Amino acid sequence: MATAVRTALSFVAVDKHFDSGTTALSGVELHVGAGEFVGVVGPSGCGKSTLLRLASGLDAPSSGEISVPGGDVGYVFQDATLLPWRSVLSNVALPAELAGRPKAERHERAMDAIRLVGLDGFEKQLPGQLSGGMRMRVSLARALMMRPALFLFDEPFGALDEMTRLRMQEELQRIFAETGFAGLFITHSVTEAVFLANRVVVMSARPGRITAEFEVPFAHPRPASLRYEPEFAAIAGAVSAALRGDAT
Amino acid sequence: MTTNTPSAAHQAPSAPIASADHEIAGAAAADSPAAVTTSDTRSAARSASDAVRGSAGAAAPAPLRPRRGPVVLLAPIGSLVVAIGLWYAVSYLLLAPARRFLVPPPHQVLRVAVLDWTHLQPMLQALALTAQVALSGLAIAAALGITGAVVMSRARWLERSLYPYAVILQTVPILAIVPLIGLWFGFGFTSRVVVCVLIALFPLIANTLFGLQSVDRAHHDLFTLQKASRWARLRKLELPAALPAIFTGLRTSSGLSVIGAIVGDMFFKQGAAGIGTLLDVYRSRLQSEDLFAAIILASLFGVAVFALFTLVSRLAIGSWHASGRS
Repeated sequence: MATAVRTALSFVAVDKHFDSGTTALSGVELHVGAGEFVGVVGPSGCGKSTLLRLASGLDAPSSGEISVPGGDVGYVFQDATLLPWRSVLSNVALPAELAGRPKAERHERAMDAIRLVGLDGFEKQLPGQLSGGMRMRVSLARALMMRPALFLFDEPFGALDEMTRLRMQEELQRIFAETGFAGLFITHSVTEAVFLANRVVVMSARPGRITAEFEVPFAHPRPASLRYEPEFAAIAGAVSAALRGDAT
Repeated sequence: MTTNTPSAAHQAPSAPIASADHEIAGAAAADSPAAVTTSDTRSAARSASDAVRGSAGAAAPAPLRPRRGPVVLLAPIGSLVVAIGLWYAVSYLLLAPARRFLVPPPHQVLRVAVLDWTHLQPMLQALALTAQVALSGLAIAAALGITGAVVMSRARWLERSLYPYAVILQTVPILAIVPLIGLWFGFGFTSRVVVCVLIALFPLIANTLFGLQSVDRAHHDLFTLQKASRWARLRKLELPAALPAIFTGLRTSSGLSVIGAIVGDMFFKQGAAGIGTLLDVYRSRLQSEDLFAAIILASLFGVAVFALFTLVSRLAIGSWHASGRS
């Protein structure tokens, strides 16, 4: 790409077929610039999660090129995916522990990340003692602590109740504004994608492909009240129309 | 953490696609390993009910907790009284005096066998030896079983080639191989331990393997993304995740190892007598009071071992897994 913007993630002509014969993704072109937050919405089974597994390197594409120039990625799973026998601190420090970092360093980094998600004071608790929203904060902190250039979010707030979910969206975009990572955020929710992202990508199913893209011009950090502005509703309306167009 | 309740009220008119926000979220069910062994379904059921009680307790600790106290204490005492009553009934109502030695009444067992130190002392000594056999057997079975399961979990082909032998171990009648064990290991302590190991091994293999293989896929992905070594994955993910299942196996096998030790006593009588040896002696001499006392002692020992492992399991994993609390 000749643009001045450094790329954090790029998909070029990516196809993914499974052994069962289904085509999960077909001809996907997707670029996420450094410091850009891209939301991906689409119906169930459109290959959103496959997109993320390919971007993280957990699965390999059948054809096409995927590159992550920054190397490491932070991955935030659908569920908090915490190890129930480890304390909050030790869960957050896990990636650094597996990377063989010295204990003092990883604890310091983990504490930084725990403070960033607003969980200081809870670092000694076990995941079972926390609420769903707090567990998701721990999961966020764990991804944050390695300070990767690219974050992949696999519908992380899908299992949370509405109030917690809205609050987590606000927290996440505050952290995004503070740290300036690049993000690819998968979700079912149009409002969630529009609220968080600089750009929203609409996918359709069978085969999974990108059918539309929308710029979201609002500057970060965004106030919670943005969700109720007419401009916001207009974009959300356009995105969901593109999503519905797919269904017919 | 402030909530934004007022603004949420605006949501319905300005966000027509709000319904897309609601998505059925699979409740993050706590991973409760089902017991693999046949004989432990009861404890699995108990741990399931504990999980339910545990979550209710967490929501509202005081009022929802089932009432403890008098009922909890009275029920087992009541059942004991009924059991002793039935015992007396059989001794005195069912059996003619000439045949009463078949089921001597409780007070007689107490007087002849338990309160007489010359009778009780050899029993306790034998029980101590049997306990030594059982715990040695259990320790060896645990080491072999957990190691074996870890080996099998490393590759599908390893599991396919080794697991059938574990199943055969479970199904082969111990009686059939007793002569062979005697020939190989002699007719004393070692062979008793071998019987114990053979009986206690399978639940440990099966439960550990089940535990190692039931690790959440997302947890595996987490470790894959961090490029964790197989060793780190085993030590920091698979083994800790398998602990609840391993403890289920240990509880089952602890009971089996006591049975194994008593069976071993009966067949391999060289050296000091175990409680199983004494049972056989009392039977042959028609010392039915001693026989009853020895049976009760052996059973109490089995219960104590089971309770010990329940306690150990609770201390080890109770803080994060429901099966540890009971």
